[in-house]
Amino acid sequence: MNGAQDLGGMMGFGPVVPEANEPIFHGAWEKRALGLTLCCGALGEWNIDISRHARESLHPADYLSSSYYEIWTKGLIKLLQSRQLVSAAEIAAGHSQQPARQTNRPPLKPADVDAALKRGGPCDRTIDRPAAFSVGDQVRTRNINPTGHTRLPRYARGKVGRIERVRGGYVFPDTNGHGAGENPQWVYSVVFDGRELWGQDADPSLSVAIDCWEPYLERL
Amino acid sequence: MQQKSPPHSAADAHDHAHDHDHDYEAGALSPIALRVRALETVLTEKGYVDPASIDAIVETYETRVGPRNGARVVAKAWNDPAYLQRLRENATAAIAELGFTGRQGEHMVVVENTPGQHNLVVCTLCSCYPWSVLGLPPVWYKSAPFRAKAVIDPRGVLADFGVTLPPEAKIRVWDSTAELRYLVLPSRPAGTVGWSEEKLADLVTRDSMIGTGLALMPESVSPEALSKGASA
Repeated sequence: MNGAQDLGGMMGFGPVVPEANEPIFHGAWEKRALGLTLCCGALGEWNIDISRHARESLHPADYLSSSYYEIWTKGLIKLLQSRQLVSAAEIAAGHSQQPARQTNRPPLKPADVDAALKRGGPCDRTIDRPAAFSVGDQVRTRNINPTGHTRLPRYARGKVGRIERVRGGYVFPDTNGHGAGENPQWVYSVVFDGRELWGQDADPSLSVAIDCWEPYLERL
Repeated sequence: MQQKSPPHSAADAHDHAHDHDHDYEAGALSPIALRVRALETVLTEKGYVDPASIDAIVETYETRVGPRNGARVVAKAWNDPAYLQRLRENATAAIAELGFTGRQGEHMVVVENTPGQHNLVVCTLCSCYPWSVLGLPPVWYKSAPFRAKAVIDPRGVLADFGVTLPPEAKIRVWDSTAELRYLVLPSRPAGTVGWSEEKLADLVTRDSMIGTGLALMPESVSPEALSKGASA
C-alpha cells in the first residue's frame, strides 16, 4: 500500500542525526516492546509480512510521529486484538479479563529463546519452474498501486532496470502478508541508474539495487 | 576518501526529537511505557508470554549479538582470500562458519567496497538490517531522514556522517526490499599489512559495515586497542 512507510525519495525530514555512543535501547520499555513482539510472533498466529503490514497500515500521521518501537507496539496491539488474543478493555485495565485461547504454537519458553533466535525464519523456498529472467536482462517494474502489502517501493515503479543477480525462490509478501499463502516466487536484484529513478538532475554516480519478486517485473 | 567527525554533537543529537521516550518523564512513566507495561501484564497473565523469555531476548542483543560479530567477518575477509571467496559465493554459509546465524541474517549478501565503488545499505520500507552480524539497528537507521534520503541523495547522507567520497567514485545503494540482508565489506585501510584479525577488527566500525562510514585508519585507534591487538 502507498503508506507512510514507503519513504524513499521523500524530502523535508532534515539531516540524518547519528547519536554519539547510542545505547542499544532508549528506556526499559523498548526492551519489553522488542521482546513482546518476538514472543508474540512465536505464537504462530501471523507471519512477518502480516506483521509488517500491520505497522505500515497505521495512519500516516501516526506512523511518522511515532518512534520505531512505538510503531512496533501499535502494530502488535492491532494484531493481538484482530486475532482476539487481547481486547482493548484488557489493555486499558492492565489485566486479563477473559480466558486465554489455544494458539497455533505454544508460548516461547526461556530455554528455547537461544535456539529460536539462532534458527531465525528462513523464507527461501524451492520453486519448480524456471526463472523467467536471467542476469543482464532489461526489465521494467510494473506500475502497481495495490491497497494491500507489497515490497515494491513507489520510487521504483514503472522503471527500467537490469537483472544483476538471480537470488532464488522466496515467500511472496504480497500474498503472505494477507494470509493468502506463501506463493513462492523468484527474486532478482535489479539495478536502476539514478537518473532513471530521479531524472536528469540525479547524482550521475548513483545506482540503486532493489530486490524484486518476479511478479513485480515485465520484460522489455 | 575522507571521514571527519559528524557535524552534529551528542548534545544536538539528544535534543533532536526522536525516540527519546525515556521511561520516566517528570517522575511518571510515559504513555507508551505504561502501555507496554500493561500489555506485558495482560499477555503474561494469559500465559501467552513468559517475561523470562523477554529477558533472554534482550540479553542476547545487549551482550552477544552486535557489530563485533560483523567486524570479525570483515577482518577475516581482509586477511584470508579463501574466506573472502566463500563470502562472495555464499555469505550466509561463510558467516555461519564463525557462529553467526539466525534471525534477520538468514539470507546474507556481502557487498565489497572498491576504490571505484562505495556501497550503502538502507531499508526504505521498514528497518531491515542484518541482526546476526550487526545486532539491533541504531535509531537513525530506522528513522525517516535516512530512509527517505539514502536512495536519492546518498552523498548528502554521507555528509551527515562526515564522510566525503571522491567525485568520480560510484555509489551503489542497496534497498533491502526482500529478505536478503546486506553487509558492506569496507576497504581495508592502508598501513595494516601483517595485522592480526583481532587487531584489524578494531578498525571495523558498525557504520563502515552499513556504508555510512569507512573503516578507521590505524592511527585513529586508541593505544589500548592497539596493545590489546598486539598481545593477541
